[in-house]
Amino acid sequence: MSDTEQTPAVPAQAAAPAVETVREREPLLEVDHVTLRFGGVVALNDVDFTLYKGEILGLIGPNGAGKTTCFNAMTGIYQPTEGQIRFRGEKISGKKRHQITRMGMARTFQNIRLFPEMTALENVQVGADAHHKTSVISALLRLPRHWKEEREGREKAERLLEFVGIRKRMHEFARNLSYGEQRRLEIARALATDPVLLCLDEPAAGFNPAEKEELLQLIRQIRDQGVTVLLIEHDMRLVMGVTDRIVVLEFGKKIAEGLPAEVRDNPKVVAAYLGVPDDAA
Amino acid sequence: MTTTIDPPERRETAVDKLRNGRAAVADRWHHAPRWVRWVLLAAVIVFFYALPNKEFYQYLGPIPTPGANFTQVLFTVSIYVLLAVGLNIVVGFAGLLDLGYFGFFAVGAYTVAVLTSPSSNLKTLWPWLLVVPIAIALTMVSGVMLGTPTLRLRGDYLALVTLGFAEMIRIAAVSSTFLKGQRGFSEIPHPPGKYADGRPFFGVLDARPYYWLVLTLIILVVIGVRNLTHSRVGRAWISIREDEDAAQLMGVPTFKFKLWAFASGAAIAGLAGALFAGKQNFVNSQNFELLNSIIILAAVIFGGSGNIVGAIVGGGLVAYMIERFRGIELFGIELYEYRFLFFGLVLVIMMIFRPQGLIPNRRRAAEFKDRRKEVIVGE
Ligand SMILES: Nc1ncnc2c1ncn2[C@@H]1O[C@H](COP(=O)(O)OP(=O)(O)O)[C@@H](O)[C@H]1O
Ligand SMILES: [Mg+2]
Repeated sequence: MSDTEQTPAVPAQAAAPAVETVREREPLLEVDHVTLRFGGVVALNDVDFTLYKGEILGLIGPNGAGKTTCFNAMTGIYQPTEGQIRFRGEKISGKKRHQITRMGMARTFQNIRLFPEMTALENVQVGADAHHKTSVISALLRLPRHWKEEREGREKAERLLEFVGIRKRMHEFARNLSYGEQRRLEIARALATDPVLLCLDEPAAGFNPAEKEELLQLIRQIRDQGVTVLLIEHDMRLVMGVTDRIVVLEFGKKIAEGLPAEVRDNPKVVAAYLGVPDDAA
Repeated sequence: MTTTIDPPERRETAVDKLRNGRAAVADRWHHAPRWVRWVLLAAVIVFFYALPNKEFYQYLGPIPTPGANFTQVLFTVSIYVLLAVGLNIVVGFAGLLDLGYFGFFAVGAYTVAVLTSPSSNLKTLWPWLLVVPIAIALTMVSGVMLGTPTLRLRGDYLALVTLGFAEMIRIAAVSSTFLKGQRGFSEIPHPPGKYADGRPFFGVLDARPYYWLVLTLIILVVIGVRNLTHSRVGRAWISIREDEDAAQLMGVPTFKFKLWAFASGAAIAGLAGALFAGKQNFVNSQNFELLNSIIILAAVIFGGSGNIVGAIVGGGLVAYMIERFRGIELFGIELYEYRFLFFGLVLVIMMIFRPQGLIPNRRRAAEFKDRRKEVIVGE
């Protein structure tokens, strides 16, 4: 219960400036009237929202609402049927996935997708390699660039593993880590690509309240370091506690957008979540 | 539900045991003092340099082959080891199922044959040493040409296309007049070098110098491959093998690195082909049966794909066993005739105890299921 008392405090602080300045703030990601169809299924229906630099935006909605699909469209896995997505003012469509990552967008997965037969350290190093230039020639001949990037990547990876709290496990294969450690490792790997925007797809799924609280702390720290965060989350309480603004999807449509308190009291949102048991409510 | 969950769990433990066994050996190795490792490594290398000398191998009991000249066998085995090290990059590290790897070997051997042999229409008659880099470069180019359209596809397509490639090379060798079919290319020059008394170092009768040459190149190639795998390149390859989508989304230019894996693997096969042609003196279409691709693949899987030492051991053992069967009779039939039955068995056993050996197929299948779950159920 204590965390419900704490949680309004954070958005309240953040909300006051947010209301006034949100329009003047620099848009980072614009989802511009995006529709995405899979055959007959309309997974996203004219979804339209903007993410501003420095905020934590919550993307919520019942199961199957299209949240993950929205991430997939943003990261280049799917092309929108209609509309477009702009990141830092540039169109996403037509860009390769690794280019989008290098532009500063990183993500985690709802179903953890680490590299199981690589160590925790190597997993994060892959992320750090996103901005490295070493290729076959420099690696084969061990040119100075290889050594320099190797050292930098390694230091960065260790720092990030420390940050998410699993540095002790860095030489362990990813598949041998516990569920919670794997979720943390995914975040560390994503951060290693130096994102401007970090997209977390249900990062707290399967966590107990104490673990959720730790995760919340972690997300705030990430934001405080200047990373914008887009958070998909089922747990309304968690979303209320950490986000500056919330976008609500239902059946692929945006049904509400606003401050956490507004969204919580919105009758449409209440209806969408009605009948969804406490895990999601 | 419970019946479907049970068997995989039991298999998991068997696999784990094997994994842990290998891990324990690797662990002991990595924790041994540095000098111990160097001494052991040096001992192994000295052993293999000494191996083709009769004064040495006559004391090795059943190891020398009864049905074939042992030094010739060692040369063949060393070529297979080189090929296994190369294919291991493609299959073991990058997880690309290449069924036509031997095709690149053929490209290397034929490049040497065409540019050096007097029977060639080109009549260039270049020396062997000059042609080796050309052979490697051409093989790499053929790897890139094959890879560019196919590496954008995934999984089974690649297996089919590479299979087709090797078959295409073989058929070209059999039927094109330029490549001389069965008649082949003769008088391919040997590598240069003379003893003090003026006799050529690389002669016709003694296979030892060729074996030593290949052994030396294996060592150099392994150092090179190790440099690659212990770098951004190797991490990219393994991440592609483990989860190609995730790799892309973590900023790995997957197509570029798959192409590099393909090209590096091809280059090594080209080198092996050039060495083979330089020793053999004669190259014709019979040297390039499709089965050879399968044997090398079996060797890589057998040794534990994604592991350089595993590939060396796998390639060495598999090629050696084939030759070891020569001259041994069982019920009046030479055991050598049973060699592919033996491989079938080895593969079946591997699939039971080391199913992760065939990583590309299995993991891709599992991944595909995961992805469907993610996108369709959304949970
Ligand atoms: N690749 C796909 N093919 C067909 N339908 C899909 C695909 N991906 C998602 N969908 C559908 O889109 C809808 C939204 O799914 P998703 O984005 O995973 O929801 P959420 O993440 O909000 O739970 C679901 O109805 C799902 O069945
Ligand atoms: Mg989802």
